[in-house]
Amino acid sequence: MKTIASSFFGARRTAVGQADRFHQLILPHLDGAYNLARYLTRDAVLAEDVVQDAMVRAFRAFAQFRGSSPRAWLFAIVRNCCHTTNSQKAGAVSLVIHESSLSEEASSQVRQHPDPGPTPEDEMLRMAEIGQVREAIEAIPEPFREAIVLRELEDLSYAEIAEVTGVPIGTVMSRLARARTMLAKQLLPAGRMGDGQSRSAK
Amino acid sequence: MPACPDQELLLGGLIDNELDAANVAMVEAHVSRCQDCREELERLQAVRNLLKAEGIRHVAPESLARRIAAAPEFPPKAANENKLPSWLAPGLAGAIAASLAMVTLLPPAENSIVDEQIVSSHVRSLQPGHLTDVQTTNQHIVKPWFNGRIDFSPPVPELADQGFPLAGGRLDSIDGKTVAAIVYHRRLHTVNLFVWTAKDSAERSFVKDGFAVTEWSRNGLRFAAVSDIPPAELRQFETLFVKRSS
Repeated sequence: MKTIASSFFGARRTAVGQADRFHQLILPHLDGAYNLARYLTRDAVLAEDVVQDAMVRAFRAFAQFRGSSPRAWLFAIVRNCCHTTNSQKAGAVSLVIHESSLSEEASSQVRQHPDPGPTPEDEMLRMAEIGQVREAIEAIPEPFREAIVLRELEDLSYAEIAEVTGVPIGTVMSRLARARTMLAKQLLPAGRMGDGQSRSAK
Repeated sequence: MPACPDQELLLGGLIDNELDAANVAMVEAHVSRCQDCREELERLQAVRNLLKAEGIRHVAPESLARRIAAAPEFPPKAANENKLPSWLAPGLAGAIAASLAMVTLLPPAENSIVDEQIVSSHVRSLQPGHLTDVQTTNQHIVKPWFNGRIDFSPPVPELADQGFPLAGGRLDSIDGKTVAAIVYHRRLHTVNLFVWTAKDSAERSFVKDGFAVTEWSRNGLRFAAVSDIPPAELRQFETLFVKRSS
C-alpha cells in the first residue's frame, strides 16, 4: 500500500517537475519560435496558430526530449508545424504577402519600444528600412530563408541549424552563403556588389 | 569582382565563428592577399548588420503567450496543482498517502489527464489538414506506414462494409507517449482511434465535452476511440473493430 502511494507521489512530483522544466527550458524560446514561424509562414495570424500548436505538441512530447539543445528541438517542431500548415494552405487559397501587415507590424514594434530620440521622420525612415529588410528575407526561397533566420536572427550554431532542418552541416554552410548572396543583391547598394555575378552555391 | 569560389563557404564560416583555428588562419591569410575576398567579407558583414538591426526579428505578441498559457491541453504547474484536492496540501500529503482512500483516488487522477488529451487530440485533428498524415482507404497502406514510426503494430481492420470506412492514419501524442491514430469515418463524422502500449486494464466508456469515448485493451495495447457519434454507435465500432482485428 505504502509503495503504491509513494510511487503515486513520485509520479506526481515528476509531472510537476516536468512542467517546471518545460517552463525553464522551452517557454523562454517563445519569441524565437514565433520569429521562425513568422518568417516561414510569412503571415502574422498563421504564425501564432503554428506556435500555439507547436507548444502544445512540444509539451506533450517533452518527456521524450533527450537532446542537448531544447531550442533546436522546439524549432524543429515549429518547422514541422509550419510545413503542415503550408501544405494545407497550398491546397486552399494562394498565399498573398500583404505589405500592409508589414507596416502595421513595424509600427507596433515602434509602439512597443518607444524611442524618444529620433524625430518622426527618422522613425519613418527606420520603419521603411525594417520593412525593406523583412521583405527581402521573405522573398528568398524557404531553405535559404530558414537557414539565414536561424543563423542571424536566432544565433543558432551550424550544428543546431543542421539539427533543426535535418541536413548536413555542409549544406547549412552553402545555404547560408547563398542566402547572404541573395540578400546582398537585394539590400546593398549596387556599387558594393562587385560585378553582381551570381556565385555558385548548392 | 566576386570572391574566390573556393573561399566562399570559408568566409561565411569565418564571420559565423564556426571555423577551427587552422582554417581561420588560412582564410585570414587569403583575405589579406585577395582584394575581392576582402570586399566580399565586408559585404557579408554589411548584410549581417542589416539583419541584426533592431526590429528585424519578430517578437511574439503578448496575446500569444496568454493564449498558450490558456490552452486547455497545456497544463503547466498551476493546473497540475489545482488537480489535487485542496486537502492534499503538501503538509498533509505524507500522512494521507498511507491511507487507503489515497489509493482509491489514484486511477481517476491519472485518467482525467489522459481523457482530456484524448478529447483535445480528437478536436485538434478535426482542424483542416490535421487529420491524417497518410491518407488512404487501404488498410494495407496504413498498417505498414506505422512501421518504423512507432515500436508496435496496431491492427487496422477494414470496416467499410459496416459503415466505418477507413480514412487514414497519423502519429499523435498522448501523455508524453507517441501513439498511433487511426481514422475512420461514420457518415459525415470522424472517429479517431488512438492506440498505445499499456498494461491491460478495464474497458470503459464515457462522454466528455459532448464527445463519446470508449476504451479497451487487447494484447498489450490500449485503444481509445473518440467521436461525436452517439455512444452506442461508438461501442458498436469497438465490437466490430475487436472482432475484425482478432
